[in-house]
Amino acid sequence: MRFLFLRCKEVKMNKIALIVRREYLTRVRKKSFIIMSIVGPLLFALIFVVPIWLASREGDEKIIEILDESGYFRGKFGSNGAVSFTYLDNTIEEAKNDLTSKSSYGLLYIPKFDLDDPGGFTFFAEKHPSLEIQASLERLLKNEIEEIKLNKSGIDKEKLNRIKTNIKLNIINVSDKGETEGDVTVATVAGYTSALLIYFFIFLYGVQTLRGVIEEKTSRIVEIIISSVKPFQLMMGKIIGIGAVGLTQLILWASFTFLIQQAVLGFYNIDLSKSRQMEIIQDSEEVANQGIIVQEFFEKLGTVNFPLLIGMFLFYFLTAYMFYGSLFAAVGSAVDNDSDAQQFQLPITLPLIFSIMLLAAILRDPHGNLAFWTSVIPFTSPVVMMMRIPFDPPAWQIVLSMIFMIAGFIASTWFAGRIYRIGILMHGAKVNYKILVKWFMMRN
Amino acid sequence: MNILTADNIQKSYGDFKALKDISLSIPEGSIFGLLGPNGAGKTTFIRIITQIIAADQGSIFMNNEPLNIKHIQEIGYLPEERGLYKKMKVGEHLLYLAQLKGLSKSESLDRIKMWFRKFEIAGWWGKKVEDLSKGMQQKIQFIATVLHNPRLIILDEPFSGFDPINVNIIKDEILNLAVEGSTIIFSTHRMESVEELCDHIALINKSEMILEGSKKQIKENNKSNTFDVEHKFVIDEIDEGFEIQSRNELEDGFYRTSIKIVNGRGPNELLKSLIEKVEVHSFVEKIPSMNEIFISTVQGGENE
Repeated sequence: MRFLFLRCKEVKMNKIALIVRREYLTRVRKKSFIIMSIVGPLLFALIFVVPIWLASREGDEKIIEILDESGYFRGKFGSNGAVSFTYLDNTIEEAKNDLTSKSSYGLLYIPKFDLDDPGGFTFFAEKHPSLEIQASLERLLKNEIEEIKLNKSGIDKEKLNRIKTNIKLNIINVSDKGETEGDVTVATVAGYTSALLIYFFIFLYGVQTLRGVIEEKTSRIVEIIISSVKPFQLMMGKIIGIGAVGLTQLILWASFTFLIQQAVLGFYNIDLSKSRQMEIIQDSEEVANQGIIVQEFFEKLGTVNFPLLIGMFLFYFLTAYMFYGSLFAAVGSAVDNDSDAQQFQLPITLPLIFSIMLLAAILRDPHGNLAFWTSVIPFTSPVVMMMRIPFDPPAWQIVLSMIFMIAGFIASTWFAGRIYRIGILMHGAKVNYKILVKWFMMRN
Repeated sequence: MNILTADNIQKSYGDFKALKDISLSIPEGSIFGLLGPNGAGKTTFIRIITQIIAADQGSIFMNNEPLNIKHIQEIGYLPEERGLYKKMKVGEHLLYLAQLKGLSKSESLDRIKMWFRKFEIAGWWGKKVEDLSKGMQQKIQFIATVLHNPRLIILDEPFSGFDPINVNIIKDEILNLAVEGSTIIFSTHRMESVEELCDHIALINKSEMILEGSKKQIKENNKSNTFDVEHKFVIDEIDEGFEIQSRNELEDGFYRTSIKIVNGRGPNELLKSLIEKVEVHSFVEKIPSMNEIFISTVQGGENE
């Protein structure tokens, strides 16, 4: 008897495994999956690389003419690779008239002005100047006038610079295990990234589950399959199979992104030294600062507990996907096409979108009441808890959240299974929530 | 010996009673016609046998054993609403379905190849399902149904959507399978195929069983003791106990008359009485077609 029972169980498991295998292979072999696996990391890398590339790029040299009636700025503007300055001596009318015939980028007109109330600075140009040029010209004027004022009031600039102070708080987390260095920026970035990734994957693969179920229903294969396996097995096989596809995609993305990032970082260090040499208008100081911030950021990355973050990420990734994926499967089973699915998708997607909206509030107070409750309730906990993990929430809260999450996905697959078993056999029925409840209550 | 017995099966969907107290026995090796108008409950009953849904009450025995999960492998089911995964290749698809039925991979491959040879479709292995015509897809569905050599094959409206050539191919296969010992449940509302294929019949109407038995027995029970007689010369009048239902004039002074025996007298007596009056050329008992029985029983039920 016991032997028979075991054999039965084995056959059951094999069937789910067969379904998982099919769901997995048909998706992984698709061209779109392969393309996504390559394009995704490239996109990530682009987001990361483009701003740096833009900042360090050398554009065409622009000539800016300066007509300085005040006499304060003669010789103060230095040229660099991107912009060069020429000084004019004619009147403003002549200079303006000449402007159209010349290839210069524009004309900066500095009238005689009152040092206590400077004004009247004008930039004449054929085309609207870029925000960058405008900002840097303004900054140049401001710095220069400030320096003149300093001189006039007898303050030594060196002294002033020494007085100026930069403060950066060192964050040390004190716990039973001792002190660990923390960094809010790093924690925020780590939290946001993992929370958004979870959200994104639940959505992407949840909808795939829904589509898969609808496809089985509309192609009418479903009744053939469920004469060999239980509807619940088919549903679980599909959910697990698609989840495995998601995990594969995630791992591929993570490894590709890591490779590209490593390559770019190496490249970027060289670039950084180059950009340091650039002067004035290229905001070299800022780029250099950015570089230092980026470097610091990567150094501080070490302060995040990565094994915990990654472990938790995988846990919430899988359980949240099971939780939401089964609900998506239930919706797919109830409808006949994608457009009918929308009205039932809304109650599933709302808590997800809500949890993303919560992130800013969680960030303000990562250990408050709101953060606690939303990171324990399974509808929002995957996204919210991932945001909190880098801020070291108490261990008991993590454990509680995990227990609720496991209970949550068991409950949701049970709930979904009850709707699914009836839904997949119903064709052309106009479904509303009342009918769904009826299906749920129905005896098998 | 019955391969399947159903006792007092009941099933409701909410307030709607889909099956009321259905009992029937399906003899092993028979081709069993499960008849009834659309919506009568045929598919519900089949889904209970295939364990897709469970009955509210009653029990089903297969080979004298209560129906259980291991019987799934002994049943092949071609549902009325049927299709295939469009993006899958034919060979892989059949392999998948066979493995879901519990066949090993190598066994599945052997059987698929055997059927490919039989239907002369050896070149289809790598074709995508969506590239096949509807008729070709139906052949694949049929193969998928019988691939695991089921002892009980359930075909729900198997010919709907088939072209006449494929209907004949499938009909021949059904007869072959029956000869080889499989039992076939054949659900349909098309009487011509029932007449041709089935030897046992159950008629379900409005969730209730209204007829069950062997085709011969049912016809016997439903015949009206009417005889078609072809004869020369006119029958002027007829003896007591016989009743003329209709008469048609044929060529060259021949007539065809339908005569019903109303009291307990036998056909010989009718013949004897006719011979005295006219020259009898043929004397045939009128056997009702399944179609006539179906319509009169279903309508009779409605008139009650």
